[in-house]
Amino acid sequence: MGIDSYQLDPHQWVKQHADYLYAYTIKRINNHELAKDLVQETFLAALERVDKFEQKSSERTWLTAILKNKIIDVYRKKSSGLLKESSGNETEQDFFQEEGHWWPDHRPVSFGIEDIDPLVSKEFNSILQKCMQKLPAMWLAVFTMKHMDDEETATICAELKVSPANFWVIIHRTKLNLRACLQKNWI
Amino acid sequence: MNYLKRIIYGCDKATMTIEKKLVTGSLTFREKFELRIHFIGCSVCRLYSRQSHIINELVKQLLHSNPPANTKLDDDFKKDLQDRIEKELNKN
Repeated sequence: MGIDSYQLDPHQWVKQHADYLYAYTIKRINNHELAKDLVQETFLAALERVDKFEQKSSERTWLTAILKNKIIDVYRKKSSGLLKESSGNETEQDFFQEEGHWWPDHRPVSFGIEDIDPLVSKEFNSILQKCMQKLPAMWLAVFTMKHMDDEETATICAELKVSPANFWVIIHRTKLNLRACLQKNWI
Repeated sequence: MNYLKRIIYGCDKATMTIEKKLVTGSLTFREKFELRIHFIGCSVCRLYSRQSHIINELVKQLLHSNPPANTKLDDDFKKDLQDRIEKELNKN
């Protein structure tokens, strides 16, 4: 056995990887029950394809890849409505007048975001989290895949079944809403 | 003149271009040109651009920060899970 070949040891899976996979999921899907289910499903799905393990990646990398696909499935299921699903969120017409100018009451103003030291400001992070949770599932999924895993735009579009044009609409609306929410709540 | 007017008034388009720039890191020559013209007259979009960049950084830091220390599975759940795995293994 060369140094480059990895082995699986399902007897140690839970002990070695369960907490890691759970934390990985919680950061992407903020729901404890769902996260537990996904970790369990990941191990069971992995058992079924042990023979497909190619020894090229570590056990943890392999399990994480299976989990990641399951998380994307959840994103996809949650976001059936896509662009129609903007409940409680504002669209371009709410921010911009017909000729393209900001509506006066939606104009960005300086609200001190430039001076925040995020390492210190727990308070700001909790507001940021709340503002993110208000976003529709699909928007949050696109945003998370982009900013957490730095996925290629083409990959995100393919996996979430979003057209490139809609991808940009989602990114744009997400940021407009997120920025407005922060301005409103961080004074 | 209409073309120039659309650039000057088009905060909707300018903010979209700003997002493109933040995500892809590159713009076409035309996009760069139009955004620069727009910025000359629009302090609101200049501010939006700064804030949007900062928000991306803050979101990234939030997403990459460690989950709270109590983000662990409880022992009962883990025991049941490993038992279930053992059961599946014994089936084969």
